[in-house]
Amino acid sequence: MIRQTTIALVATVCSLSLTVASANDDPIATRKAMMKNVGASIGVMGKMAKGEMAFDAIQANLAMRAINNAAIGFVHLFPEGSESGGETEAAPKIWEDMAGFIAKSRDMEEVTAEAIAFPAGSLDEMREQLGKLGATCKACHEGYRIKKS
Amino acid sequence: MGRLVRLLVMLGVIAAGAGWWLSGPNRLDALPAEAAGHQPDIDNGRLMFFAGGCASCHAAPDSDDKLALTGGVRLESPFGAFVGPNISPHRQDGIGGWSQLDFLNAMLRGVSPDGSHYYPAFPYTSYQRMRVADLLDLKAFLDTLAPVAGVAPDHEVGFPFNIRRGLGLWKRLYLDGEPFMADPAASDQVNRGAYLSEGPGHCGECHTPRDAIGGLDRSNWLAGAPNPEGKGIIPNITPHAQGLADWSEGDIAYALESGFTPDYDSLGGTMGKVISNTAQLPPEDRAAIAAYLKSLPALPDAYEAAKP
Ligand code: HEC
Ligand code: HEC
Ligand code: HEC
Repeated sequence: MIRQTTIALVATVCSLSLTVASANDDPIATRKAMMKNVGASIGVMGKMAKGEMAFDAIQANLAMRAINNAAIGFVHLFPEGSESGGETEAAPKIWEDMAGFIAKSRDMEEVTAEAIAFPAGSLDEMREQLGKLGATCKACHEGYRIKKS
Repeated sequence: MGRLVRLLVMLGVIAAGAGWWLSGPNRLDALPAEAAGHQPDIDNGRLMFFAGGCASCHAAPDSDDKLALTGGVRLESPFGAFVGPNISPHRQDGIGGWSQLDFLNAMLRGVSPDGSHYYPAFPYTSYQRMRVADLLDLKAFLDTLAPVAGVAPDHEVGFPFNIRRGLGLWKRLYLDGEPFMADPAASDQVNRGAYLSEGPGHCGECHTPRDAIGGLDRSNWLAGAPNPEGKGIIPNITPHAQGLADWSEGDIAYALESGFTPDYDSLGGTMGKVISNTAQLPPEDRAAIAAYLKSLPALPDAYEAAKP
């Protein structure tokens, strides 16, 4: 257990420093790539939820961890000056209401942290966690992202 | 010369009178025959409430209680900002004192109890397709909710749109008063989906482009539109390669339940609220909506993609 926690911690720190480094280069491309990764992790759980893939507790937990990692550095990828360009779909509201945006990111962080602490032991439990997590994605995309194509 | 002027003035008076007459409210004077002996089914009313997305515009913004219908949601449009009013069963501030007939006139004719026209920001151009029985059930459900005090702010619309009477002419063009027509060649499932989408679900109000004065362009039904709230677009949801060709019926139903697209993006924007509502529907109704969308004629995108 301690070993697992240590590994998770190390992984978090690594991904954090990685995020910061590449964010300096190109925050828009980095945040888009991070969101794509989040989508891929959601995909693992979504396939299980839809019955396209057998439920696998370890895979589901790993997916939650990956999303939690992404959530931690996410809001730092929206520095002043990255409001436009790079086909960004970030809404201007992010910079008008950074506190609200950060709160939405924290919701995603908290829901995934809880799922990591209390891993789903059954498909139904995972579906419930996925439902809660999906609501946090939707809530942020509702106000802070504008679909352009 | 004098005679010509007099003639012109007279014609003008007649035209204005005709405009006045044409712009008058087109009310139901009595409950339609279908209402006779109807026993309200509150569970079906609840279903219609979520299919109709009433909470999206009538629940207080930023409140988690989607059944406290105090209003206050701002709706931006090219004609100004509209605000959803209080429709809780509160006697003074809401619609607690309304009769069934008042409610049917609002939903089917876009007319208030005092006879003035509602703005089509209240999507009665879609709700007019709803069955009378479903509307009576919906009213019975609304009557079970908590009365909440509070009046929402006024709409912010300028001249000439602040003159409600003028809406009468608009309604002559875009409110046909026709009930939903099932397609005899389509399956029961597709017809159920068509009813839910065209009537209560009012998908076309966002996903269909509008003409210069805000009427729906039905030749581009559900083929996507520029976003009326400003930036961005509302996607094409016909089964065209630019729309939902790659989505299975299961994908669409799952998106309406979870908000996740087949490539696990999460839908947002104004669709986020729609999904909060469709997530409350029985699975067979989400499947019916999906079957209907896949049965539509495939049309190319009806918007100019907003290029960065
Ligand atoms: C704190 C706000 C926030 C949360 C929470 C959030 N997103 Fe996003 N997401 C965004 C923003 C902003 C963009 C647009 C980024 C850009 O284009 O610059 C985006 C874009 C995306 C994209 C498109 C990436 C691309 O290819 O351009 C995907 C996929 C995505 N999000 C999935 C998710 C999923 C799945 C979740 C939930 C697990 C989620 N997001 C949670 C804000 C958020
Ligand atoms: C897209 C936003 C929107 C949705 C969805 C919506 N409404 Fe409304 N509604 C409005 C607006 C805006 C008004 C005010 C219209 C006006 O003042 O002309 C309104 C007015 C009303 C009124 C008249 C209230 C009064 O005091 O005169 C009733 C009743 C009503 N809506 C019921 C409903 C019901 C029931 C639903 C769900 C089936 C619903 N609405 C869904 C926007 C909406
Ligand atoms: C209030 C406006 C509104 C209404 C009403 C609405 N939609 Fe949407 N819809 C949107 C917007 C905006 C998007 C884009 C959301 C995003 O990608 O973040 C969307 C996206 C979608 C998508 C995903 C399409 C894609 O290519 O990603 C589907 C499917 C969809 N809507 C179906 C429906 C159905 C079915 C209804 C009626 C029950 C409906 N919508 C009603 C605004 C609306």
